[in-house]
Amino acid sequence: MPSLKEFRVRIASVQSTKKITSAMKMVAASKLRRSQDAAEAARPYAERMERMLGNLAGAAAGRVGALPMLAGTGKDDVHLVVLMTANRGLAGGFNSNIIRSGRTLVRELLERGKTVKILAVGRKGRDAMRRDFRELIIGEYTEFGRKTVQFAEANEVASKVTAMFAAGEFDVATMIYARFKSAVSQIVTRQQIIPFPVPQASPTGDAQVVYDYEPSDNEILGALLPRNLAIQVFRAMLENAASFFGSQMAAMDSATRNAGEMINKLTLRYNRQRQAMITKELIEIISGAEAV
Amino acid sequence: MADTLKLELVSPERLLLSEQVEMVIVPGAEGVFGVLPLHAPTISTLKPGFVQVYKGGAVAESFFVTGGFAEVTATTCTVLVDEAIPQGNLTREYAAQRLAAAKSRLDQAANDDDRRLAQVAIDNAEAMVQAAA
Repeated sequence: MPSLKEFRVRIASVQSTKKITSAMKMVAASKLRRSQDAAEAARPYAERMERMLGNLAGAAAGRVGALPMLAGTGKDDVHLVVLMTANRGLAGGFNSNIIRSGRTLVRELLERGKTVKILAVGRKGRDAMRRDFRELIIGEYTEFGRKTVQFAEANEVASKVTAMFAAGEFDVATMIYARFKSAVSQIVTRQQIIPFPVPQASPTGDAQVVYDYEPSDNEILGALLPRNLAIQVFRAMLENAASFFGSQMAAMDSATRNAGEMINKLTLRYNRQRQAMITKELIEIISGAEAV
Repeated sequence: MADTLKLELVSPERLLLSEQVEMVIVPGAEGVFGVLPLHAPTISTLKPGFVQVYKGGAVAESFFVTGGFAEVTATTCTVLVDEAIPQGNLTREYAAQRLAAAKSRLDQAANDDDRRLAQVAIDNAEAMVQAAA
């Protein structure tokens, strides 16, 4: 049985842990709100981009010489996996869920005899991939999202991917990130970004409008597709940031609750032992007095 | 309705402008063009320049953009920009600062990707310096 002093020390330490986790929960909650707002604000651009792309792709569809970013290279040999995680931990299963999905995908592809290249965005994912597939990592970004997710950062990733694709270094690119559903639920998502699945232009409304293109439609499409890639990456990074804070908030909430439970249990045992000590001392005094 | 059109100016980070205007001047890749209501449907890429918003017969707002896309229909004009700076914020000092930052980035570029990105930044900054002058 530990002594009373030991109990007091344990209780004090659990109490300070609880203070830390509950502070982290508050911080995560406010950052979650901010990143949700950012994700919301980025939506109009993505929506309009999608509409424009649907229009253009509809016009370009079926023509010979369709752009490889839409049509693919016609091969399926080299895969690029863009793995997006956070730079920091303490967010429950957030990073490990994404990493597990990434690892499964890479294994599957390797088993099917494909060549795999990994682009790691976020330190946690890079570290995990380094352990298993060190020689497959071709690039990493670990300085992103210090404060908020910047479009310039997404653009950097996207231009790297675009340049690699232009140089014929891969055929298919897949992005893995956690889609934000709610503060308690994030869904690990695999999204194919190259070749890009064309959004279907809505059959109703102004889909039939014939546009003038300046310069040519192919040139616009050529400029629009890399931009669209950057937007997709940006959106994924925003969703990932929101998911991270959601997951961290949930993890810290349950840690705070566990710490509270532990304090209650320890306090109960502490009081019991104190009672036992008092009783024992009383018995000693009484039996001493009787002996006289 | 026929005397105004709906302008939406959107950057990747947020929706900058969404309102009814009389005319918009857009710096298209093949020349600056003005958009009035009932303009023919057009999709165009943009080059660095000013997007000018006309209301009440005069320029109400003006943004410097580094590039992007414009989609025009009879009643709407949607401008997707990479970056938009209100004309009031575009000073010579700011543009020079951007140019210096872009140049130092080119000096520090470690590989071809970095160099290419830095070159794009320099081109944009140079356009900015010209516009601010």
